[in-house]
Amino acid sequence: MAKTILAVDDSGSLRQMVAFSLQAAGYNVVQAVDGQDGLNKAREKTVDLVLTDQNMPIMDGLTLIKSLRDLGSYQKVPILMLTTESSDEMKARGKAAGANGWLVKPFDPKRLIEVVQKVIG
Amino acid sequence: MTVDMSQFYEVFFDEAEELLAEAERLLLAIDVANPDNEDLNAIFRAAHSIKGGAATFGFMDMTEITHVLENLLDRIRKHEMALTVEHVDAFLAAKDVLEMELDGHRHGADVDQAQVAAVKTRLASLTQAEAAADSAPAADTTPAVTPAAPVEASQVSAHVAPAAALPPPADGLTQFNILLPELKEKDIANLQEELGLLGEVAGSKHESGRTLLTLNTDSSESDIVSICSFILDPDDLVITQAMVDAGPAAAVAAENAAGHVAEAGDTETASSVKVHEEAGYGLFAEEGKEAVEEGYGFFAPFTPHADAPQSLKIDDNTAAISQEEIAKAVASPAENVTAGNKNSATTEKNEKRNPARQEAGHASAETTSIRVGVEKVDQLINLVGELVITQAMIEQRINALDPVHHEALINSVGQLTRNTRDLQEAVMSIRMMPMDFVFSRFPRMVRDLAGKLGKKVELVTIGASTELDKGLIERIVDPLTHLVRNSVDHGVEMPDKRKAANKPEAGKLTLSAAHKGGSIVIEVTDDGAGLNRDKLLAKAKSNGLNVSENMSDSDVYQLIFAPGFSTAEVVTDVSGRGVGMDVVKRNIAAMNGSIEIRSAQGYGTTIAISLPLTLAILDGMSVSLGSSVYVIPLNLIVETLQPRAEDMKTVTGEGRMVHVRGEYLPVIALHALFDQETEVADPTQGVLVLIEAEGKKAALFVDALVGQQQVVIKSLETNFKKIQGVSGATIMGDGSVALILDVPALIQMGQTHNYLTGATSFANKAVQTISKEYTQ
Amino acid sequence: MNMVVEEVEGKASQGGSVAGEFLTFVLGSEAYGLEILKVQEIRGYDAVTQIANTPAFIKGVINLRGKIVPIVDLRVKFKMGKVEYNEFTVVIILNLGGRVVGIVVDGVSDVMQLEESQIRAVPDIVASIDTQYITGLASVGEKMFILVDIEKLMNSQEMELMDSVVMH
Repeated sequence: MAKTILAVDDSGSLRQMVAFSLQAAGYNVVQAVDGQDGLNKAREKTVDLVLTDQNMPIMDGLTLIKSLRDLGSYQKVPILMLTTESSDEMKARGKAAGANGWLVKPFDPKRLIEVVQKVIG
Repeated sequence: MTVDMSQFYEVFFDEAEELLAEAERLLLAIDVANPDNEDLNAIFRAAHSIKGGAATFGFMDMTEITHVLENLLDRIRKHEMALTVEHVDAFLAAKDVLEMELDGHRHGADVDQAQVAAVKTRLASLTQAEAAADSAPAADTTPAVTPAAPVEASQVSAHVAPAAALPPPADGLTQFNILLPELKEKDIANLQEELGLLGEVAGSKHESGRTLLTLNTDSSESDIVSICSFILDPDDLVITQAMVDAGPAAAVAAENAAGHVAEAGDTETASSVKVHEEAGYGLFAEEGKEAVEEGYGFFAPFTPHADAPQSLKIDDNTAAISQEEIAKAVASPAENVTAGNKNSATTEKNEKRNPARQEAGHASAETTSIRVGVEKVDQLINLVGELVITQAMIEQRINALDPVHHEALINSVGQLTRNTRDLQEAVMSIRMMPMDFVFSRFPRMVRDLAGKLGKKVELVTIGASTELDKGLIERIVDPLTHLVRNSVDHGVEMPDKRKAANKPEAGKLTLSAAHKGGSIVIEVTDDGAGLNRDKLLAKAKSNGLNVSENMSDSDVYQLIFAPGFSTAEVVTDVSGRGVGMDVVKRNIAAMNGSIEIRSAQGYGTTIAISLPLTLAILDGMSVSLGSSVYVIPLNLIVETLQPRAEDMKTVTGEGRMVHVRGEYLPVIALHALFDQETEVADPTQGVLVLIEAEGKKAALFVDALVGQQQVVIKSLETNFKKIQGVSGATIMGDGSVALILDVPALIQMGQTHNYLTGATSFANKAVQTISKEYTQ
Repeated sequence: MNMVVEEVEGKASQGGSVAGEFLTFVLGSEAYGLEILKVQEIRGYDAVTQIANTPAFIKGVINLRGKIVPIVDLRVKFKMGKVEYNEFTVVIILNLGGRVVGIVVDGVSDVMQLEESQIRAVPDIVASIDTQYITGLASVGEKMFILVDIEKLMNSQEMELMDSVVMH
């Protein structure tokens, strides 16, 4: 059965690109436009992987990750940060928040699918 | 598998455009001395978003500029750099360049490289200036960072002189730097006292001028926030952890939401992460150079929380983890939680703000709106229009029935009428947009134009939420722009001149929109020099226009709409487009609108545009002339009457007039204007419809009144052309076509006609008299 | 037919690529053809609303299923024969690139498929409609039809159907 990925990013074009690429690779994709929306959608249905941007209005990525980790259902779900930089500070924060890894923007669809496959197959 | 990225371009272009507009709006409104944090964040996010999208889709020119913008904005929003007017100007200039580059990608428009270079230089110099003061390279924004690279202390806010204020905390304590917003001295003192209950506290001055409190405590950040919440908004607080002594455990503790990593700790972190990963659960240990170049990486996989959020339980298999690390790891989630609390406080505030922003129509969130093509909306409106016509036809047939025998049917039709009206209103409102859509472009334009001309102009907008049909909004932009430019260009005087006239140096330009009856009235008012009546008359005469000294003020002012009538236009950017006052008037008229001018020399001018709320529906009165039926817009009708013979007068040179309550109104015979046959040649046998438009009154002479109804306006120009005196057509209840009269035009035509016929009859009389004399 | 025809020897393509399907109609004593693709429908003459201050050949506008469509009487415009309005009067409703206009003619005949070989370029024909609007002369059996570029004609200044300069 196809796996479901939650993609959270306030940038519509990026989000659509991510969704499109992943869907083409056979995944189901749920989209959310900011952290709060992501959290709501994550609660509605437990997904197999979460991809989230950092800078978003209403609720940012780090807060979303932490909030997800507070949910029992999301203890084991891999979460990847989509970030524009890969500084140690960012990595440290992400890790502390509970992320499993990161993916630096901009990325091309091939790289995205490669990483996703590595994580959830 | 390749994904065609170009299909996402359009979405990105729209997105970027909206973000740029929002950023500009915020920049124009921002208070440089005391900028709102949320606004700074929003502007930062805009630059950040555009950068991300531009990079993803390969628009590197935009990435370059947004990258520098983002850096500057990040530092400003973290209060590491103070916002200045130079910043705002530079950001606005950058916005222009980004828009230009966006246009280049979207429409293939030319991009002025000189402008691009200029903006880059500007932004760079701003970055340098602050960099010198800061002495910190923006290390964390470069994508490739080796783990051992030092991260400067000043990267994170509030890191100035805290070390001096307080000694480093003892073991088990954390040192927090709390940057306060602007507060009364008394409040700061109170706060310091309160915090003193948590531990050792010292106050100092931050480089931004605000107070920085440093606190050594074993309390959590959330405790600090709670205490401060009594006096201020938690969002205005900036709390960071001071740089803690290097040591692996401490370093890990320092790695949380607000902190950053010290140099020594860095290597440790890297190695500890690596260690986790190497001992991990089958996921790749991709930390280190490799991963960074590849652009992604993983931390150790998560094991389920026994009880959230207490522990970061690490599996027993990872033997390489030290006890201290576990202890600290246990400590960090707690701090994560407090950071989480702070964030949720921010969330609430954002949620409150965002609905307001969404109402302003800037929301791009897909959850609250649907993008619909304009053609679909137009089709919907057309179909509803047809429905209205059909319903009118049914109503007409119903009226012929005996109400007693067909009561049920009549009631049902009545219900149908109400339903149709409601549907119509609802559908029309889909196309209604707030005037703000038009007004929003003016702050920037006025600022730039006034600056260029060396004038000071304050722009005030009233009624920006007044709604108008989208089609009209689009068509009002150009004329309104021209009027605003005119006001700034020719209306408002230079500051010294204003001072000499005892006026405030800054001119006031007011844009207002309001609903009045069935129309919307948009006014452009300036408190400038006003129109010079004599100058206008002189110019008109020299242009060969037919004017007289006796013309009313409002007539004289209307002269500025005569073609070719500019009085020394300064060539500005827009003038080049060929938009003159005459085109403005024409455009307004084409929208079934009218334009009026009020002015007082020395005090200012008001140009008032009146437009129907929508192009599609009209409340009209139908009248008959011979075998034809015409419709007159109800809002332009003052009253209707059948005159008595004694009220009719003929004035030499002016034609027939009718006396109504002390006023004499010119009688305009429609049959004469339209050259149409009718049996009713005498006004006392017909009907006079008293009409008023653009400040002028007249009495339209027709055969009879037929009825009153709401009609769907059909354009004649779609398949035909504009006919003078006619503003459109409609389909009546019986399926026949009736023409809708253009009242302002008719009044004008009537004047000319009466003048001519009056002159003719006068001339005729003169000829008769002369010939009589001759034959005498 | 009282036409003076000077046939010019030349390729049919000289008159423009005119081959295709044509609707033939009669104006006075002349037979014309226009491209069928430009024809939306054919109606009788009915309930025309007059418009003030328009030339006599513009009869007015009609309601064509909700659309306002102007009606032009080509017989009046080109001063052909007797102008009557009865149950036999025909109105050809044209759709010219989105613009819908109606022309009153004396009658319509067939729709004909014309090959290039049947069409001749005729620069010096003398017909009521000016040669600048004539794209060729078609011969089908014994009959001759003057092929008209109806769109060019209807859009021209002389038909006064379009705004040249906006007058106020």
